[in-house]
Amino acid sequence: MSNLTEIRWHGRGGQGAKTAALLLADVAFQTGKYVQGFPEYGPERMGAPITAYNRISDTVIRTHSNIYDPEYVVVVDESLLEAADVTAGLRKEGAILINTSRRKEEILPHLKGYEGRVYTIDAHKVSMEAMGKYFPNTPLLAAIVKVTGLMDEETFLREMKASFSHKFASKPEVIEGNMAALEMAFKEVQ
Amino acid sequence: MAKRDRLSGNEAVAIALRQINPDVFPAFPITPSTEIPQYFASFVANGQVDTEFIPVESEHSSMSAAIGASAAGARSLTATSSCGLAYMWEELYIAASNRLPLALALVNRALSGPININCDHSDSMGARDSGWIQMYAENNQEAYDNMVQAYRISEHKDVRLPIMICQDGFITSHAVENIELLEDREVKKFVGEYCPENYLLNPECPMAVGPYSITDYYMEAKRNQAEGMKHVSQVVLDVAKEFSSISGRSYGLFEEYRMEDAERAVVMIGSAAGTTKDAIDRLREKGEKVGLIKIRLYRPFPASEIAEALRNVKAVAVMDRAEGYTNQGGPLGADVMSALYRARGNALAVNYIYGLGGRDVRVEDMEGVFEALKQIMEEGDAGETYRYLGLRE
Repeated sequence: MSNLTEIRWHGRGGQGAKTAALLLADVAFQTGKYVQGFPEYGPERMGAPITAYNRISDTVIRTHSNIYDPEYVVVVDESLLEAADVTAGLRKEGAILINTSRRKEEILPHLKGYEGRVYTIDAHKVSMEAMGKYFPNTPLLAAIVKVTGLMDEETFLREMKASFSHKFASKPEVIEGNMAALEMAFKEVQ
Repeated sequence: MAKRDRLSGNEAVAIALRQINPDVFPAFPITPSTEIPQYFASFVANGQVDTEFIPVESEHSSMSAAIGASAAGARSLTATSSCGLAYMWEELYIAASNRLPLALALVNRALSGPININCDHSDSMGARDSGWIQMYAENNQEAYDNMVQAYRISEHKDVRLPIMICQDGFITSHAVENIELLEDREVKKFVGEYCPENYLLNPECPMAVGPYSITDYYMEAKRNQAEGMKHVSQVVLDVAKEFSSISGRSYGLFEEYRMEDAERAVVMIGSAAGTTKDAIDRLREKGEKVGLIKIRLYRPFPASEIAEALRNVKAVAVMDRAEGYTNQGGPLGADVMSALYRARGNALAVNYIYGLGGRDVRVEDMEGVFEALKQIMEEGDAGETYRYLGLRE
């Protein structure tokens, strides 16, 4: 179990937190890992808080419960810093990644004294500059890969390109923007 | 060559169905099973199957259409969850009593009320006495493998009964996990062509399906239906053996995990069995003799086999993901305890209700169950046999 990485995603319905968790499971699978990516739904409606989870391991994963003491947390929507207990159970040797345009110093007071590493990325800025539309999960996916060190940048980008080429076979024009968002996000994580 | 992939349980079942290429698939959507017909509809649109896909206006109609197609001589199925299954109630009995070997991909979800979209087994447990074969899965791999084996069991000439292939809503249906898929042609060869002996669209041999039965014949008809059920276990084992030769994965009526010398055991169904295995490994490291029996075939119920597997166990907890409202526990508890009684088993047995409406089950919860069994074993007294796990007070 020592090689097990557990990640919890906090988002709002419709923002793609579940999709991001599934994409991370996808790319980790491509590098030979055992993976789990799954959502936890409350009421099914746009804008309601949702949680998604990842387990990534070198060995078979059998546990089918939610994750209560994650190594990493990703906050897709910073309004959840107030609305949800995002640092609950978060291990101090782990890290939290927050999608925000604010400076890290402004975020820290909202983290209930969390002692681990804190990272921020402005996924809105990255998404708009690279794709012209707001899809926060693409930049956040790259950012969490960097934060966790699950794989190196080169491997990640290669696997994502293959994945996008397959996924967007019918609309190849969006592949370039998505790839640009991933590359930019790798640099923008703070 | 097997293909390694990562899929949700719903995708996995949809892919098994694409490989099987059934004749008729009527469907009406309901969470969390909607993705199965949704994925399948894209296979139809892409020309990957030549199945007649019929979008209908309700689950009453989807099961009725599947029954009509099966009676006509087609290989048919549908998919549903929760209230959708409840709306099929009358048809479930009609499918079984007419000995129609159709399939139902069931994604387990709580029945109202209160309204809840998450997993428990209250939908399929209510249908346990409808005359359907019921099989359950721990994960996406088992859901896929069970679907591939389904028609070989239900269409077997000694069986000819409908089959429900169940998996846990969201927990496996919407979780992406690693899986090994079989080649399309391997599945096609394994499942084979459906050649019914008697069917409505056979002008050479006219027949009636579903006629009125007077009192004089009704009991004999029901006893014949039960006879079909008696052959299921052996057919399940035979089909599993053959499946193992193409997949390398072995299945039985149930799985025994670390039961060799187990003094304490849990009996359960579905995805929480994986969580329980991790709890068992932790406790085994401390030298505790604990094990698991995970039910795969629930109807018919492998009573004597389970009693035999529990023969040397001193304390057992039977886990039900559905209330029975008997003031004694749930349906699996009643089945296992009755099996122990008939086999003159000595195990002290308790019955837990757990995981209703998606209530999460953690490794620590299951360690707690084994701890409770330790106390029962030491005191030689089961105490309260009707218990709840993880209930807030």
